Amino acid sequence: MGRRTPLYQQHLNAGAKIVDFAGWDMPINYGSQIEEHNQVRQAAGVFDVSHMTVVDVSGTDAQRYLRHLLANDVARLKEPGQALYSAMLRTDGGVSDDLIVYRMSFGYRIVVNCATRDKDLAWMNSQTDGFEVAVTERPDLAILAVHGPSSIETASALLDQTTGEAVAGLKNFRGEELGDLFVARTGYTGEKGVEFIVPAEDAAELWDQLLAAQVKPVGLGARDTLRLEAGMNLYGQDMDESTSPVVSNMAQTIAFEPADRDFIGRAAVTDDLAAQAQGNLPELIGLVLEGRGVLRAGQAVSTDRGEGQITSGSYSPTLKHSIALARIPTGSTTCQVDIRGSVTEVRIVKPNFVRFGKKVFE
Amino acid sequence: MSKIIEDLRYTESHEWVSVDDNGIATVGISDHAQEALGDIVFVELPELGATVNAREEVAVVESVKAASDVYSPLSGEVTEINEALLDAPETVNASPYDNGWFFKIAISDGVELDELMDADAYADHCDDD
Repeated sequence: MGRRTPLYQQHLNAGAKIVDFAGWDMPINYGSQIEEHNQVRQAAGVFDVSHMTVVDVSGTDAQRYLRHLLANDVARLKEPGQALYSAMLRTDGGVSDDLIVYRMSFGYRIVVNCATRDKDLAWMNSQTDGFEVAVTERPDLAILAVHGPSSIETASALLDQTTGEAVAGLKNFRGEELGDLFVARTGYTGEKGVEFIVPAEDAAELWDQLLAAQVKPVGLGARDTLRLEAGMNLYGQDMDESTSPVVSNMAQTIAFEPADRDFIGRAAVTDDLAAQAQGNLPELIGLVLEGRGVLRAGQAVSTDRGEGQITSGSYSPTLKHSIALARIPTGSTTCQVDIRGSVTEVRIVKPNFVRFGKKVFE
Repeated sequence: MSKIIEDLRYTESHEWVSVDDNGIATVGISDHAQEALGDIVFVELPELGATVNAREEVAVVESVKAASDVYSPLSGEVTEINEALLDAPETVNASPYDNGWFFKIAISDGVELDELMDADAYADHCDDD
């Protein structure tokens, strides 16, 4: 038996197929992954992402510490509730994780991946020397992500008036602390929606209320196809410790300005950026296969500039054909993939396929 | 628990076969197989008139999760293919034993049929999976 979130019984009640996910017993689907995917694109779905690790950072040096630890710059977060996506880099520039950081009344709240929990906490704790800072894991919290075109309207109607109005009024990438509830307009689907970070003991009631309001449960299977359509990277698949953010379509999330901010990995990624501009490092792009067949992670591709590899691939339920992320030589214009012995031409596009239910690439 | 039909024969690779009085075998994949694959998004079928051998890869199912080969349970000639699956592959999920059939073959070796599992043996095989 693996670790279980406070919503495990709710998953069983909803008919979940439970699988092991990095040591956690998690719902992969509740029947049909495609139906759950379409539910999020067309109405509203709820995901239990309580397996993800919440880490609170407080202390007088919290900002100075995170400006050193993270590739993006938390000084951009001017007021409590604001959110930022960032890579956490190793000294050699490898991506040790990707995360969301929120500015909070007490300091900062960071949500990191579950599979990287142990090494992330060890790394964060190893970097506190010289900073007056406390790094505290919050396993007592649960996370429910509610996403889809009707998600905010439906979710805010369930809450008490003050909370409901606060949720309805949130701007994208903004959150608000409401007592022991934290809610933010962030997510991993390319649809609008909110994430609720709540005390573990309150999670089941919120879940049940959402389901009673016709928000459907969505498993990790659909979470993966939704994020792929949105062109969002999955840690451990599209990037990891062996890859620079520069070759992982994450350069725009690195804050190089101000030039005197000394963040971990800065020298390495500065070199990587120059090398890529010379064509000496690959890039992460999108691939589209409009014919039959499905692109899969690990498949080799060849371009007019050399060899590459698919890092994430699947069938897109919204587009009804296959899409993928692939790392290929920078500047490639044509690409072929070998699908079970047959060489197939695929199209190179920007790594962003679907936003707000609509196709976005040319 | 997935559904297993009493009168069919089954392979270890999760195809089912039903043979009519004229020696025409209808082939599909079991409920257990479609459930394990998840949502099916593409199906490739054998060519009409092709001669196939038992245990030969003759079709492919691609689900959201993975691609999987379909093996012919018996030797013979392909007499019919279920072209409806090309446009509606989800039929395999919805109706694996009826509308979700894959192809039919005129069997050339009746003895091969005896080597396939009956429903009880297949149920045990699925439990071992």
